[in-house]
Amino acid sequence: MDFQIKLQVLADAAKYDASCSSSGSDKRDSKDGRGVGSTEGMGICHSYAPDGRCISLLKILLTNYCMYDCLYCVNRVSSNVQRARFSVEEVVKLTLDFYKRNYIEGLFLSSGIIRSADYTMEQVVRVAKVLREEHDFRGYIHLKTIPDASEELLAEAGRYADRLSINIELPTEQGLTDLAPEKDARAIRRSMGRLRWRIDESRESRANPTTRKPLRFAPGGQSTQMIVGADATNDQAILATSANLYGNYRLRRVYYSAFSPIPDASKALPLKPPPLVREHRLYQADWLMRFYGFSADEIVDPKGGMLDLDMDPKLAWALRHRERFPVDLNKAPREMLLRVPGLGSKAVDRILSTRRVRALRSDDLARLHVPLKKILPFITLPGHSPGATLDAASLAAQLRTPPVQPDLFG
Amino acid sequence: MRIVTLAHETDFAGWRAAARQMAIDGVAPEHVAWCIGSNGGLFADDPMQHEIIDPPQFSVSKRFMQLCQRAALHTDPDRFAFLYRLLWRLRQQPQLLDIAVDPDVVRATGMAKAVQRDMHKMTAFVRFREIDIEGGERFMAWFEPTHHIVMATAPFFTRRFANMVWSILTPETSVHWDGQKLHELPGAQKSDVPAEDANEDLWRTYYASIFNPARLKVAMMQSEMPRKYWRNLPEATLIQPLINSAAARTQNMVDTAATDPRKHRKMAPAAGPAAAPAGSLRQLQQAAAQCKECPLWQPATQTVFGEGNAKARLMLVGEQPGDQEDLAGHPFVGPAGQLLDRALEEAGLDRASLYVTNAVKHFKFELRGKRRIHSKPGLREMAACQHWLDSEIAAVKPDLIVALGATAAQSLLGHGATLKHYRGQWTALEDGRKVWVTVHPSYLLRLPDPAAKAAEYAQFVEDLRQAAAALKSIS
Repeated sequence: MDFQIKLQVLADAAKYDASCSSSGSDKRDSKDGRGVGSTEGMGICHSYAPDGRCISLLKILLTNYCMYDCLYCVNRVSSNVQRARFSVEEVVKLTLDFYKRNYIEGLFLSSGIIRSADYTMEQVVRVAKVLREEHDFRGYIHLKTIPDASEELLAEAGRYADRLSINIELPTEQGLTDLAPEKDARAIRRSMGRLRWRIDESRESRANPTTRKPLRFAPGGQSTQMIVGADATNDQAILATSANLYGNYRLRRVYYSAFSPIPDASKALPLKPPPLVREHRLYQADWLMRFYGFSADEIVDPKGGMLDLDMDPKLAWALRHRERFPVDLNKAPREMLLRVPGLGSKAVDRILSTRRVRALRSDDLARLHVPLKKILPFITLPGHSPGATLDAASLAAQLRTPPVQPDLFG
Repeated sequence: MRIVTLAHETDFAGWRAAARQMAIDGVAPEHVAWCIGSNGGLFADDPMQHEIIDPPQFSVSKRFMQLCQRAALHTDPDRFAFLYRLLWRLRQQPQLLDIAVDPDVVRATGMAKAVQRDMHKMTAFVRFREIDIEGGERFMAWFEPTHHIVMATAPFFTRRFANMVWSILTPETSVHWDGQKLHELPGAQKSDVPAEDANEDLWRTYYASIFNPARLKVAMMQSEMPRKYWRNLPEATLIQPLINSAAARTQNMVDTAATDPRKHRKMAPAAGPAAAPAGSLRQLQQAAAQCKECPLWQPATQTVFGEGNAKARLMLVGEQPGDQEDLAGHPFVGPAGQLLDRALEEAGLDRASLYVTNAVKHFKFELRGKRRIHSKPGLREMAACQHWLDSEIAAVKPDLIVALGATAAQSLLGHGATLKHYRGQWTALEDGRKVWVTVHPSYLLRLPDPAAKAAEYAQFVEDLRQAAAALKSIS
């Protein structure tokens, strides 16, 4: 098969994985090496596709042959899509050729399951091993981990990779049983547990100055992905699952992937445009949990259990808790400022920094670079008080922004 | 009026020296004109001041210098005058930079941010092309930055491509890395760089294939990859055609009736571990792995069953697995387990000869932020798990059992059993098996007072010694 066609097939097969992050690993460069590559903490997006997604890594499958029959997946065994398989050497060469031209930060390699979990994992790990050991490649490597692959392969994967990930796939175990009959939710959690155990162990060994040769194991941590909209799980349950995964396995990220129509889809799943706005709201809610001090069970309105599509979850929360507002920008503690709709964590830092020198006045607001229409009803400071607008029944209607989907021409 | 002439667009050192001198001389910003050119040098109108000999020092914060260093690379022609004005104000108001809403601070941070972003985009959007030359690989790129960032960004490329020979050409400045040293060269033209690279077709194939037409978000793409960069990105020629065909491609996927599933061999049911004999420990462990008799299974990772010598004469029963045990799938491997191991050794007991388990087999916890905080198992969970413990005892048939903590004591001796009442004595179970009750090692870990901790630990070791002695006496 022509190499270009292989690349087409195996990149197409990989695009339903949302993650393309190349951040969060240790810092290194190739000044004292023989190959190419560096990682500097923050990842780089080398391009963007018209789907708005960053292209940071060469994201491909080693093969899209697969023994599993996961209904939502384009590569399921029963699908009629074209199949291809890269050799280890082909992936290595393509990664290096792209890297040297500054197209990518590194490689995100995944694979359909062929023969067995261990055989597949062994192939995936081999690519990383050749890149690191034969070519002294110091760019970023993200490997998809096959649940329940052997301990030896896992240790090897962690030695070469910056990040490892195992997809939880669906927010509930029932969903997984229904749509991915060969996958085992408990095996997925067990593997995430093993990864966290090893990641913690390696972090401790690196933090300990007396360790002579620190253990290397996925310094960029682990992440996962959940498909949204392929089953009936509500947002409340999705966020509860995310909170549990963050807490249990210290994931760097949970990616939400709106279930998207795929070529040659299964009859069992309804084909609708992907719920992109819902996906966006889930990401916002996820941020509220991780950086804004919200707990998973207070973000979603208990009535209905779904995030509001017409407004961001923080605004929706504030409208349900008007008794906690207005907030005095000059006096409120950081935790409360973070709960003001429209105030991001950087704006909060600017407010706190200014406050240490002088009081903020209403004419300062324009220079905070924040959406005033959204913020004004919820704050007070010299020269501004929301008065009755905060309690007005019409406030929600004024702040609602009906989502536009699909976003065709920007 | 003073006129300061800086050597070139990025002559930050010149600005710094001049600004320092003028601030010391008390020259107000409105009395300074800044210009850039190769003739003249500093303070052109006042040759007396040309040589600055050991100027009196004054210091500004590192944060201010970093801000200026970035902002000075901005294309704003007023930047050097503006930064001097900022310095002037800073000397009057040392906390100026903290006032994040001050118009000058907003402007300076905005400039620095624009420069930082341009530098970041350069690291992202430079595209090397390989040139055919004897003596190994050589790469060249053409890039058009917005600000004066080329030299400031070049070290990124030397770190990343240290062992390659490459040049980045831009209209204002060019840089060349010969594998050892970085050279600054004059500006160049796009036509100085080869028009193609054999890998660009592959790169475009990748770009087109990784795009998902069902999720078009053009505005998002443009905010991160503005049009001004497109003319030097080989993949950008595909953007418009991909956008134009996306709606039809998506509709086509939705409209196309599902095909008949490809014929395939059904997978043999997962070859799980072979069925173990009923009542054996292995069979119990396999069954317990599926246990959903109380709600604890759901948030936990896995069932943590007992482990150790299947014919142990002494069994240890703890409360429940903790954070580490839940991840590892083995009992007593976390901090409490390590303390237990130490105490066992001191008491002359070999852990490998024992059977170690817990009253409750799943980790019960409460999420606080990202931390899992241990919570005590309730009666319901203990009751649900009771039969697993009973079966373990029936399978291992130990002579003696040590209960670690109140939960274990209650599981063995009945609801209401307290440490205070049972510790330090042998209590017989209905089947005649004897139970010795002591504290849970995690209790020792929690004691804040080092003296109390040492005393309690000694008592704990003593309890284990008693068990060891009892074991000897009945053998």
